Amino acid sequence: MTSVALRKDISSAQLEKSHIAFSQVTLDLGGKTIIENVSLDVKPGEFLCIIGASGCGKTTALRLAAGLYQPTSGHVSFDGEPMRAPRRDVAIVFQDYGKALLPWRTAAGNVALALETIGMPKAQRPARIDELLKKVGLPNHADKYPAEMSGGMQQRLQIARCLAQEPKALLMDEPFGALDAMTRQGLQDEVLSLLDASKATVIFVTHDLEEAIYLGDRVVGLLPHPGRIGIDLPINLPRPRDQLTTRENPEFLRLRRELFDFIKASEA
Amino acid sequence: MNAERLKALALPVGLLIVLELWARSVDIHSDALAPPSAVLLALFNAFGDGSILSATRDTLASAFAGLVVGGAIGLFLGIALGIFQPLDRLMEVTIESLRPIPSIALLPIALIALGFGYRMEIVIVAFACVWPILILSRAAVRSIEPRLIEVSRALRLSPGDRIRKIIIPAALPRIFLAFRLAAGIALIVAVTVEIAINPIGLGAGIMIAQQALRPDLMLAYLLWIGLIGYALNAGLLAAQQHLFGPAALAGEVR
Repeated sequence: MTSVALRKDISSAQLEKSHIAFSQVTLDLGGKTIIENVSLDVKPGEFLCIIGASGCGKTTALRLAAGLYQPTSGHVSFDGEPMRAPRRDVAIVFQDYGKALLPWRTAAGNVALALETIGMPKAQRPARIDELLKKVGLPNHADKYPAEMSGGMQQRLQIARCLAQEPKALLMDEPFGALDAMTRQGLQDEVLSLLDASKATVIFVTHDLEEAIYLGDRVVGLLPHPGRIGIDLPINLPRPRDQLTTRENPEFLRLRRELFDFIKASEA
Repeated sequence: MNAERLKALALPVGLLIVLELWARSVDIHSDALAPPSAVLLALFNAFGDGSILSATRDTLASAFAGLVVGGAIGLFLGIALGIFQPLDRLMEVTIESLRPIPSIALLPIALIALGFGYRMEIVIVAFACVWPILILSRAAVRSIEPRLIEVSRALRLSPGDRIRKIIIPAALPRIFLAFRLAAGIALIVAVTVEIAINPIGLGAGIMIAQQALRPDLMLAYLLWIGLIGYALNAGLLAAQQHLFGPAALAGEVR
């Protein structure tokens, strides 16, 4: 009991400081305002999902968090430091896994790319690669090229490469959008258990409302043209989550209804 | 596959037979034509006395050296211009005004500056090879999947690592294709320089045969140059498929 209370104290102390912070961020691209006046604090260890109608700037917001874009006004900070460029402790999982992997490198080689950049000595890499591939469920595919792997396997590989960076934050851009429903549910559970172990902060962009509620501690909905925050809901569903019981929970259904109404209203 | 190859051979072989029969029936005494049998005999004799082998060595050495020099310059510029757009705009007028100059038009200048021999020929071949490799490697670098560039940014690869680990391997299949095309150009330009002025190699061999009124030997040289070009392309094509089979496929699918 005391240890639980203690943990809670630590986490509430951490909550004081936000991990990834957007303050009054506006981004113009090609003379068009894509994101307007977005302020958002993501706490350490939080799993934040961003939803919204297509073209609402979800992906753009994620790229701002990654440091791939710089805001036109306002600023994005990470651990209190301004995010002027991408950082190695912030990993991004792209939606189009097929394009984000190096086709001339094997699965092991793709993971090695991240290990090379963090400067891990060559002798230590094979063991770490084995460990990471095992973690994402690809233990026997180290020598395969991405072209020889299924979509789900390629996305697992990309996640392994991101985990190799030992990120403090993992940014995921509709990572399972192109996968079939069964593969997607399997990967959702795997991501939850991977993150349980790594305690990384996550920003997860998806257009799938149920996926957002199932995974997240909090769901933020964006309104389109220009992108701005329209809804910010805490998700108080018990963890660990389960594909059947969580999705049948009345609270889950209520949240789904609320988000569905939000999307409908935002498209009108 | 073999049956297809045999069918493809039927036309040239048939033509040769017709030519042979015609040449024998009219008993030609021409300065430009010779019966195929005489051409083959001349080729055989040229191998016998070693003259065609040393000429082949001279031509291939010049063509290869020119390809390496021109290819290295073209590749370096192509990658640099592909990566740095401002540099490309800066160089555009210079490149576009040099590129249309037929390499053979440099012959008089090269001759005065360098005299007869390998060096002059290598310079002209190199000039001809720079452009296709520059243009194609620049395009190869530009057409790299933008997501891969983002991956390299997200991982904070150093500029050197980005070029070494992402840009060059991603562009390599197309760069190799550029080298294959340039190899054909190198052979053509080398022989042209030799025919025009340089007294070495296969081109000079043709000119000597012509002046000796030996159409059989002249055609033997032509036949041999054709065979070399064919073998060169086939060899490089096989190498391309062997080296980039899976990667080239992955590159083409997009």
